[in-house]
Amino acid sequence: MLKIDNLHVRVAGKEILKGLSLSVNAGEVHAIMGPNGAGKSTLANVLAGREGYEVDQGSVEYAGRNLLELEPEQRAAEGVFLAFQYPVEIPGVNNTYFLKAALNAQRKRRGEAELDSMQFLKRVREKLRVLHIPEDLMNRAVNAGFSGGEKKRNEIFQMALLEPKLAVLDETDSGLDIDALKMVADGVNAMRDPQRAFVVITHYQRLLDYIVPDFVHVMVDGRIVESGDKALARKLEEHGYAWIGERRVPQQSRVGAA
Amino acid sequence: MTIEILPATNVAAGPDAVADAINRRYTAGFVTDIESESLPPGLGEDVVRAISARKNEPAWMTDWRLAAYRHWLTMTPPHWAKLDIAPIDFQAISYFSRPKNRPKSLDEVDPKLLETYDKLGVPLHERARLAGVAVDAVFDSVSVGTTFRKELAEVGVIFCSMSEAVHDHPELVRKYLGTVVPTGDNYFAALNSAVFSDGSFVFVPKGVRCPMELSTYFRINARDTGQFERTLLIAEEGASVSYLEGCTAPMRDENQLHAAVVELVALDDASIKYSTVQNWYPGDENGVGGIFNFVTKRGDCRGARSKISWTQVETGSAITWKYPSCVLRGDDSTGEFNSVALTHHRQQADTGTKMIHIGRNTKSKIIAKGISAGRGQNTYRGLVKVEKGADGARNYTQCDSLLIGKQCGAHTFPYIEVKHPGAIVEHEATTSKISDDQLFYCRSRGIAEEDAVSMIVDGFCKQVFKELPMEFAVEAKKLLEVSLEGAIG
Repeated sequence: MLKIDNLHVRVAGKEILKGLSLSVNAGEVHAIMGPNGAGKSTLANVLAGREGYEVDQGSVEYAGRNLLELEPEQRAAEGVFLAFQYPVEIPGVNNTYFLKAALNAQRKRRGEAELDSMQFLKRVREKLRVLHIPEDLMNRAVNAGFSGGEKKRNEIFQMALLEPKLAVLDETDSGLDIDALKMVADGVNAMRDPQRAFVVITHYQRLLDYIVPDFVHVMVDGRIVESGDKALARKLEEHGYAWIGERRVPQQSRVGAA
Repeated sequence: MTIEILPATNVAAGPDAVADAINRRYTAGFVTDIESESLPPGLGEDVVRAISARKNEPAWMTDWRLAAYRHWLTMTPPHWAKLDIAPIDFQAISYFSRPKNRPKSLDEVDPKLLETYDKLGVPLHERARLAGVAVDAVFDSVSVGTTFRKELAEVGVIFCSMSEAVHDHPELVRKYLGTVVPTGDNYFAALNSAVFSDGSFVFVPKGVRCPMELSTYFRINARDTGQFERTLLIAEEGASVSYLEGCTAPMRDENQLHAAVVELVALDDASIKYSTVQNWYPGDENGVGGIFNFVTKRGDCRGARSKISWTQVETGSAITWKYPSCVLRGDDSTGEFNSVALTHHRQQADTGTKMIHIGRNTKSKIIAKGISAGRGQNTYRGLVKVEKGADGARNYTQCDSLLIGKQCGAHTFPYIEVKHPGAIVEHEATTSKISDDQLFYCRSRGIAEEDAVSMIVDGFCKQVFKELPMEFAVEAKKLLEVSLEGAIG
């Protein structure tokens, strides 16, 4: 589904991703862990198509297409979803209205019939029930005045409603208490599907107790330096990221500390 | 972009219409090739007399104009607004222009003129019936036809051009004209009083709820002319009326002057709702051309429990200088001001309101939304004044600015003068900016950038749009989209 090959990305003139490669198949959950500054959020933003990220080298193939050629809204319609680390507040724009506009814009782009208000609300209510999200969230402006936990819940809710094929979660667990964390994990687990893949970016192993990944990758200084199964995450938790540094082959460590 | 008032058809306008609107530029910028009869440029007593003579006005009207003109000569243009305006040569303007072949009835209106209104979407004849809106259309200086007059007359409502009112209802005009905005009120009001050419007159008698929305369309067509319309609207005891006005002008390189005066009078228990969608030509992206819009609008809540509500959507004009106000004289009277003002490219707006609390238990509410894009400068200027005798006066003011881009400006000058210790005056203000982060967030959810901008702008303006009649709200939304075209990226 997603094939990233030797990706080099520059932000404000500084190279952040330095030859990252990653393959994700439908039905898989990949966790990407790594210390601050490793380039995890850069990867998420490049996948979603944020401006200001300059790709110097490498390729990103998604569902057989060159993802990097698509505008962010096209990527969304093709099924790519990014749960933001810092969801943006849009005062004055009602959450329901926003989501309906988003869903229908995607459907229209895909040549599907747009949902009317009744159909849309039915779908909203179903998802809210599954995620145990209070309905009043929908009557507020997009993320405006939301607590940190509410913002993250809203991201997961959007994901549930938009039903992407590839969901990238950028540190969705950061700043969450244990209840909110479980809710996020429940949301993801409920959506696990042979047709859908997840890339879960996290700083801590904690989230992976609830979202059990098929693969764990450790990212240091702009590339993936170690891959394994969920046991790798446990080792990281025990030994810290320094342990990875010690295990790295010399030509990689030459690049310097992250 | 034109303002259209075809509720039956336009309410149904779907997303395609919106998409069309986005791809349009200022589409009201056409010139109608129609023979017009104009006075040569210049201003003097002879011109004032000539205007009055051409309109066959009675002597009292001529004298009223002359008094205003003499007063105007003693005045100087105001400079307190945050506006950068090149000096206006008042001698270079023609103060009167009207289409030749003056019509005696709607059926005789020059077909080309009707075509113009058709292009503008003004339902002047049969379409008006469908739309259920009574329209008075003012083309350059004269009113070219008022629809629905008969139907309105049946309930006693007078809706006609100001010129006709001077002839047909002189007692009403003399009783009310200049009682809200005196001839010497300010520089532009004095000028208007001297040279006003036409406008609308509305009289709703005691106890009558006007059965339909009343509407006026103003269009400046001729070159080098100013438009000076004068509107007078009176609602007697217990009467109510909703009035809409729309404005367009062709695209021209020169600046054209528009100095209007609107006076509203509400007696006991009367209510007046006055809505404006102003889309005069704003000039091009370098600030060449455009209308100078100097307007004095004031409502007098003369009676107890009366209510006057102003709603305005100001997207046009190179310069906007306009403060629709309420004088809350009657006890328990209410004043409202709801405004969206947008400035793009080099447009400048200095707009707001005055709420003067004189009577007891008077209430006022101000919701002002300013949107600045390009190099636009947007200023809110407001006065809330509570006089000594205004026991129980309350005001709430909310003033929000939205910035799009890095070179625009938003300014707020709220003046508060309170002479009563018990008055409650609240003021809230916010400034926000459409950020790249917001746009990316919307796009990452599938919403294209332009749609995201209009969604955010629409959300910002919602509080004001909901005060507009439904069909106007749809138009106002489209108008903002067109006006903001190219504001991003």
